[in-house]
Amino acid sequence: MLKNSKRLMLGLPYYFWSIAFVIIPLFMVVYYGVTNRAGSLTIDNITAIAVPEHFKALLLAVRLSVISTIICFLLAYPLAMILAKYGKGKSSVLVMLFILPMWMNFLLRTMAWQTLLENNGVINSALSFIGLPKLNIINTPGAIIFGMVYNFLPFMVLPLYNSLSKIDPNVINAARDLGANSVQTFIKVTLPLSVPGIMSGITMVFVPALTTFVISDLLGGAKVLLIGNVIDQEFSQTNNWHLGSGLSLILMFFIIISMIISAIFDKDGEGSVI
Amino acid sequence: MINKISRRIYLALIAIFMYAPIITLIVLSFNKSKSRAKWGGFTLKWYAGLFENETIMAALRNTLLIATLSAVIATVIGTAACIAINAMKKKGRTIWMGVTNIPMLNAEIVTGISLMLIFIVLGIKFGFMTILIAHITFNIPYVILSVMPRMKTLNPSTFEAALDLGASHSYAFFKVVLPDIFPGVVSGFLMAFTMSIDDFVITHFTKGAGVDTLSTKIYSEVRKGIKPEMYALSAIIFVTILILLILVNKTPKKDVAK
Repeated sequence: MLKNSKRLMLGLPYYFWSIAFVIIPLFMVVYYGVTNRAGSLTIDNITAIAVPEHFKALLLAVRLSVISTIICFLLAYPLAMILAKYGKGKSSVLVMLFILPMWMNFLLRTMAWQTLLENNGVINSALSFIGLPKLNIINTPGAIIFGMVYNFLPFMVLPLYNSLSKIDPNVINAARDLGANSVQTFIKVTLPLSVPGIMSGITMVFVPALTTFVISDLLGGAKVLLIGNVIDQEFSQTNNWHLGSGLSLILMFFIIISMIISAIFDKDGEGSVI
Repeated sequence: MINKISRRIYLALIAIFMYAPIITLIVLSFNKSKSRAKWGGFTLKWYAGLFENETIMAALRNTLLIATLSAVIATVIGTAACIAINAMKKKGRTIWMGVTNIPMLNAEIVTGISLMLIFIVLGIKFGFMTILIAHITFNIPYVILSVMPRMKTLNPSTFEAALDLGASHSYAFFKVVLPDIFPGVVSGFLMAFTMSIDDFVITHFTKGAGVDTLSTKIYSEVRKGIKPEMYALSAIIFVTILILLILVNKTPKKDVAK
């Protein structure tokens, strides 16, 4: 191959780019987070999370994102197992289910749920047609959970699918040959082997759900404030970048913890999204 | 047998869940009433009016231009980076792959505000350029993560053989290495293009006044009520991609790039 030093040089644009636009910007958030407008050091922006209004938004965001992550997991696991069973040849099903919908704008798709979930909307008409009670979830946290599950389900399915499809079928067959029934095989073999995918799926859903402001904006009827909405307001309306950055540092704390957890369980990156 | 049927039913339910809003939007694009809540009869006027709506057309142009440029630039930088990262020792490789993962794992809102702050500090005027830089930034990781697995399975001897037979470095790269990693490069490019088109959050923080992509245009219309032309446009985009996808799958493949 090319001389090593020459090959390393090819990375120069990338080294420059990620230092200038990934690493230094993150330090800017830290810098703004720990200073005030006068430029002196302060922790006020971080302790501002204790303000009841902010704390409430954080708690609600944590609650909704945990619930959405659990629902995504429960929906995605069987789906990933089905897709893994079809084998690699059927990856077009994956594209049809999760990549193609992305070509319809994400904001519009989320808005469309509003139309569907409305008190007299399609879903409620269908429910009352088959004699079930109506869902009154529009403009409530319930609708936000709905939107989170809808938008982030692919992030759970793809890592699970990747790690499930890497399980050697002989291992499953061996368990069956040794007398395990299908439930035992699942609990003792399949589930433990898919832990990297599970952990990475949980991170991939929890982080965007925790930090979203768009879904709560669109489906919560501007009545429900999540921590993401608070930060967005500091940047787009109040122009208090220091406070916004300080509150973002709290979010980054959560993000780093979930990254560490997923790195511990997924050392080889086998549960990755791509 | 029952297993097979229940699997099919489960897949169908998920498909309905994923496609219900898309079908809703396509239906709304033919709705005479401007309200999202009621059906006012069939019309094609939103499709007819779409191409005369200058603001929507400008947003569409921006979206496509940013997606194309950012995907192309990210593909070039990302592929070159893969060659470099692959040549590194284990430690360097771990560090740079870690850096690559930052925009993937970080929250979009944090990536968005961090870029906004760096543009403010550097004094770059918010507008088309800032959106483009931001999109390149979050697109590079998609390219690297798609190209890297292909790069790892590459046999270095073929490149050396080309050099021994008198090929120049760049000739050998384009004739020997590139064809091998090409499926990864293409899927990285397509991934980057799709992500750029669909992005809202990062664009929201890095755009300037007067420059809009379709996403930011839609967001600014949410309060006032979305113009039905927007539904018509997204229906056209969606159906175009659907048809392209079907055509690509129909044509017999020479090289199965899986």
